[in-house]
Amino acid sequence: MAGSTLEIKDLHVEIEGQEILKGVNLTINGGEFHAVMGPNGTGKSTLASAIMGHPKYEVTKGEVLLDGENVLEMEVDERAQAGLFLAMQYPSEISGVTNSDFLRSSVNAHREEGDEISLMKFIKEMDAKMDTLDMDKNMAQRYLNEGFSGGEKKRNEILQLMMIQPAIAILDEIDSGLDIDALKVVAKGINEMRNDAFGCLIITHYQRLLNYITPDKVHVMMQGRVVKSGGPELSQRLEAEGYDWIKQELGIEDETVNA
Amino acid sequence: MTVEVSLPYDKEYISQFSQGQNEPEWMKNLRLSALEKSESLPLPKPDKTNISKWNFTEFDHHVTGERIESLDELPVEIKDFLDEEKEQQNLVIQRNHTVAYGTIDQKLKDQGVIFTDIGTALREHSELVEKYYMNDAVHMDEHRLTALHAALMNGGIFLYVPKNVQIEDPIQAIFWQENPKASLINHILVVAEENSSVTYVENHISHNKEEKTSANIVTEVIAKDGAKVSFGAVDNFEAGTTVYANRRGVAYRDSVIEWALGQMNEGDTVSENITHLIGDNSHSNAKTVAIGRGKQKQNFTANITHFGKGSDGYILQHGVMKDKASAIFNGIGKIEHGASKSNAEQESRVLMLSSDARGDANPILLIDEDDVTAGHAASVGRVDPIQLYYLMSRGISKFEAERLIIHGFLAPVVNQLPVEAVKRQLKQVIERKVY
Repeated sequence: MAGSTLEIKDLHVEIEGQEILKGVNLTINGGEFHAVMGPNGTGKSTLASAIMGHPKYEVTKGEVLLDGENVLEMEVDERAQAGLFLAMQYPSEISGVTNSDFLRSSVNAHREEGDEISLMKFIKEMDAKMDTLDMDKNMAQRYLNEGFSGGEKKRNEILQLMMIQPAIAILDEIDSGLDIDALKVVAKGINEMRNDAFGCLIITHYQRLLNYITPDKVHVMMQGRVVKSGGPELSQRLEAEGYDWIKQELGIEDETVNA
Repeated sequence: MTVEVSLPYDKEYISQFSQGQNEPEWMKNLRLSALEKSESLPLPKPDKTNISKWNFTEFDHHVTGERIESLDELPVEIKDFLDEEKEQQNLVIQRNHTVAYGTIDQKLKDQGVIFTDIGTALREHSELVEKYYMNDAVHMDEHRLTALHAALMNGGIFLYVPKNVQIEDPIQAIFWQENPKASLINHILVVAEENSSVTYVENHISHNKEEKTSANIVTEVIAKDGAKVSFGAVDNFEAGTTVYANRRGVAYRDSVIEWALGQMNEGDTVSENITHLIGDNSHSNAKTVAIGRGKQKQNFTANITHFGKGSDGYILQHGVMKDKASAIFNGIGKIEHGASKSNAEQESRVLMLSSDARGDANPILLIDEDDVTAGHAASVGRVDPIQLYYLMSRGISKFEAERLIIHGFLAPVVNQLPVEAVKRQLKQVIERKVY
């Protein structure tokens, strides 16, 4: 098997004392695209944030292993350096730091000291990737996410993904707020990443994105757990029929984590 | 008359000093009457900072500095402020209280631009200087420090831009307090006549960590109708120098005064930056960044007062506080009666890097007119953990992430400075002070 493996085992997560994830199990191998779907409030974004190490989330039980190493014991930057990437739903705006400087620091953070990317090579790669994502070149010199539209922020997250080339990426609602043209562009960028080694976990509550990025596996989250898994046909059925049939099948009345 | 602190310099000394400099009579008289005032006037009272015990009177008043023939003779810590790639055509370097080096582009000279040290200006352009010197912007008798300044002024520059002259290249002045006890009592007078434009940048530098002295800087910027003045400064006095800096602008109709001030002193500092928007549609953008460390006490006031209709003022103050330093940031937007359609905006933010540091942001809007717009934002806090998380999630270390955020926080002034070397220097000073 090429690439890395991310194993999520019995993951329990709290925010401000309230349990959101109640035992999530998932394994993503290099080369695989997984989609995690589910209605709002079922814990999907919490899963993404907890894996990356968001300061507000507390893991109370379980493990997240990247190639056997416990990610939960690592600092956030170490998780990234180990090969994880999270495209965030609400990326921070950082005034005074240009997008380009930030990107270069990010790329160099993944390289050994003394082996930093040359400025020329960096600009060339960035320009090429911005072209793929149909991004205005002046966005490189704008301050990080400051004043970016929703769509620009999403493209910028994917630009980072493409520049950093992580082993495993989690995309948290990368499709929210995008019109159909922007969605296609973002999907193009993500599909360009596809290879035998790269693993991806796509979190969405619309099937729409999955029309452009075909997942190998689809998982449905409810009440803070993965309640159903299947192939691409599962997402199509969800698109056609919604989530009610799963709730009926599993005897779930309220799918949110508060239930 | 009670004299709380007696000045080691008396009437006789000042008369002789003035004569020794071949100053015009009006200047000598101004000095003498200011000396008298300084004995009775109180110190200024900056909000929430007690300066009554600060050293404003103990220093060496007149110390010459050696002239240099070429910039190569400068020590590296001064040369660093000069662009290497692009030789500066318009440059004055003041070393202690005398000029070490001065050059101005012949083309500008031919157009009537004056850029020279204040002593030369007083001798050669006495009437012109007299017209503006402590008349329209700062008054000699405001308080003891302005009076002391007027009495003992011992350096500075005069920059005069005639009507309709647009100066493309930045004008640079370096004030180098080489002697650890020398007191820079610099007067910087910038006059931009109608429809002229100029970009000026200055550095104040000293290296006296232990030896005590005091600096008393007064700057007056006069922008006539339609003129544009962009004023950049990096103050970088060492811990031994107590600083009073008063930078004031007067903007007439359709004129613009832009301030970009990097307040990087290591010693106790009171700094006020006031702009009077006298003319209709005048505009000022006043940006300040500051860092406090050690046990430093600082007080910064940025004030834009609107008199003209449709005048527009924007104040930005960003401060980073660490160790046990304390700083007060007063932002004052004042709209006088009659200044209708004016807009006063301000933003004051303080980033705290230590729990022992103190930072206050006091946004104040004083509005005496109905038909205006105004707004303010103020915050005091630590580095945002969510911003840190975001940067770190890309593999950037916590240290580097904080560094990026702090540099970004101070970027509004860094980016506005016109000379690349000065920009680079400010970045390096920030780096040194923060880490």
